[in-house]
Amino acid sequence: MILFEAKEVTKRFATQTALDRVSVSVPEQSIYGLLGPNGAGKTTLIRIINQITAPDSGAIFLNGRPINPDDVNSIGYLPEERGLYRKMKVGEQALYLAQLKGLSHAEAMRRLKYWFKKLAIIDWWDKKVEELSKGMQQKVQFVTTVLHEPKLLIFDEPFTGFDPINVKQIKDEILFLRERGATIIFSTHNMSSVEELCDNITLINKAQTILEGSVEKIRHDWAGNEFEVVFGGEVNPSSNGNFTLLSSVFDEGKSRVVIKASEPVDNNAILRAMTAAGQVLSFNPALPSMNEIFIRVVETKNKEAVKN
Amino acid sequence: MNKIALIIRREYITRVRKKSFLIMTFLTPFLFALIFIIPALVMTNEDKDFKKIAVIEDGSDLFTNVIPDTKDTDFEYLEGVKLNDIKNNFAELGYYGVLYISPDLVANPDAIQLISRKQPPIGLLDHISGSLEKEIEKQKLLAYNIENLDEILRTINTSVRVQTIKMDETGSARETSTGISMALAYIGGFLMYMLVFMFGSMVMRGVIEEKTNRIVEVIVSSVKPVQLMLGKIIGVALVGLTQFALWIVLTLALVMVVKTNLLPEGAMEQLQQLPQSFAEADQATAAGSAGTTVTAEQLTEFQQIFAGALSMPWGLIIFSFVFYFLTGYLLYASLFAAIGSAVDNETETQQFMLPVTIPIILGLVVAMGTMQNPESSLSFWFSIIPLTSPIVMMARIPFDVPAWEIALSMGLMLLTIVGAVWMAAKIYRTGILMYGKKTSYKELWKWLTYKG
Repeated sequence: MILFEAKEVTKRFATQTALDRVSVSVPEQSIYGLLGPNGAGKTTLIRIINQITAPDSGAIFLNGRPINPDDVNSIGYLPEERGLYRKMKVGEQALYLAQLKGLSHAEAMRRLKYWFKKLAIIDWWDKKVEELSKGMQQKVQFVTTVLHEPKLLIFDEPFTGFDPINVKQIKDEILFLRERGATIIFSTHNMSSVEELCDNITLINKAQTILEGSVEKIRHDWAGNEFEVVFGGEVNPSSNGNFTLLSSVFDEGKSRVVIKASEPVDNNAILRAMTAAGQVLSFNPALPSMNEIFIRVVETKNKEAVKN
Repeated sequence: MNKIALIIRREYITRVRKKSFLIMTFLTPFLFALIFIIPALVMTNEDKDFKKIAVIEDGSDLFTNVIPDTKDTDFEYLEGVKLNDIKNNFAELGYYGVLYISPDLVANPDAIQLISRKQPPIGLLDHISGSLEKEIEKQKLLAYNIENLDEILRTINTSVRVQTIKMDETGSARETSTGISMALAYIGGFLMYMLVFMFGSMVMRGVIEEKTNRIVEVIVSSVKPVQLMLGKIIGVALVGLTQFALWIVLTLALVMVVKTNLLPEGAMEQLQQLPQSFAEADQATAAGSAGTTVTAEQLTEFQQIFAGALSMPWGLIIFSFVFYFLTGYLLYASLFAAIGSAVDNETETQQFMLPVTIPIILGLVVAMGTMQNPESSLSFWFSIIPLTSPIVMMARIPFDVPAWEIALSMGLMLLTIVGAVWMAAKIYRTGILMYGKKTSYKELWKWLTYKG
């Protein structure tokens, strides 16, 4: 089931177009990556989802019906540039933000105690925000984002400013939230976390969608004709008409070999050559990282734009 | 709870809890109280000590017993004592000073000296010269051999006070007191200027704070920007009203405490006795040679002030003050909020502050001019135009303003507020989410025209 959908959303500011007929469709209980270079229009799209700004044309749907002002209570948003009132006490502030999202005082209090204990920040309850380290402030902010148990969570660069232990803790919490039924839109430049967390992505460049789909499928689509073969023992298969040897690394009794298949690709012929060369332990298409895909897609697009 | 109520509550509570609020709230009444107490202290301190003055006439008895004793000064006429006998040891003899009157005082006004160790109070000098002048006039008149001179002198003893009476269109007259009106105009206009500016810029700083620490994006994902803006403006208005109410209560309390504990007995009674009837004071003045002449004259001045103060339209003044404070504040706070949203930090506010500050300062300048000339057409227009009317109208009201002018001014004010809040909300909504680049007036205009 699709929880959130944006259809043909367009938003123009005086001098530029921030979003040009962008469509996004987020399945329920999935993690959806919203990717793109700086200034591509991601923040504008997120603000439209939060109803902070309205699109010039196009429509936004939540749960299959057009979004309405009351829906802000079922959305949680952690902006990239985040902050809290510096002079206000942590607990008081979290309580205030929770009540703004529609929770009653008692309910907000109960949930805050739970989360503050879970993330080990309960001792900070009566401290002023300005006395907290950046990581601590981020944790407080994470709690206030998820506290009202929104159906749709939007995290914009949630891991910046955290040490590796806290990154792992927040990742675990995000996965836990999805398990409990939340749908998550996740905007980041950190591509390894995209591979790790996201089910689907949309890549926006210069206000337009240039790539979308499931992470698995995209990586396979972009695999090209490269394969990674692992051999037992030191093996150096020599190139022939079917493939070219790109690299071969021998380490701890195994050879990790990358080859590029020639067109037309004949997998069986390659496999025969491999088995002839040595003891094949595994044979896989070499999947490009999301990082590579991101760079290649965006650069190709920008070159096209320059040509035109 | 309603979201806007939550915002108002936060804005109010965080400000009221601040140390600076407490300091301002508790310190200002001391200043106010001083304004009331100092005149009372001065009045009582001046003549507090009982004085005895030796009068030496150098052989003649022309002026013997001419200077009457007052409440706290006795004059002793010493016969057969030379000035040189007493000049150096009058203090040891228990005298405050020596008054030496030369016989040719009638011809030569400088032929009189008061020798004392301390600077004698002005009141005492007035009393001495006043009594002597009267006596000399009398003696000069005596030279003309007029019959019943004493009787005539008593009846011609006059004093003049200009009573200002204003006629309105219906022909009913009202006594006015220009001094009181001026004081009220000054206090009303200046206080309005101060409060509007102070609390207006408090709103601006709040907006900038939220924008620079980036919490605004989180909040506007929960509430509409206009709700946040109005919540802040209303919250700060309540802070202002609270502070104002506390000032009045604390000032009154302080004056009470000082009155019962600190001031010497009689000081306040003296002040309270002032608003006696004019008749009584006139009698006292007419009595002429009675020992209390000086005090009686002072009394009538105070009576005039109090009578003038009582004749002021207090209900209208208080109502107008609250109305113009709330509306003027709302108008300027919206503009200040819009400015705060358009900049990244407080130093950048300068370029937008000017057009907002100019009308407010202009209002103050015209209000000060209004005190001199309340009926000028400049004052009229500035008290009608909404940006300056809160300050200028407060300065005009003590001088009696036709009802239609007040109604027009208030009506225009309300209309302007609707426009200003609408405009501010549009700029605010876009401004709070804009970072980095410096905003121009052109940009502001664009924000005004964005839809949605």
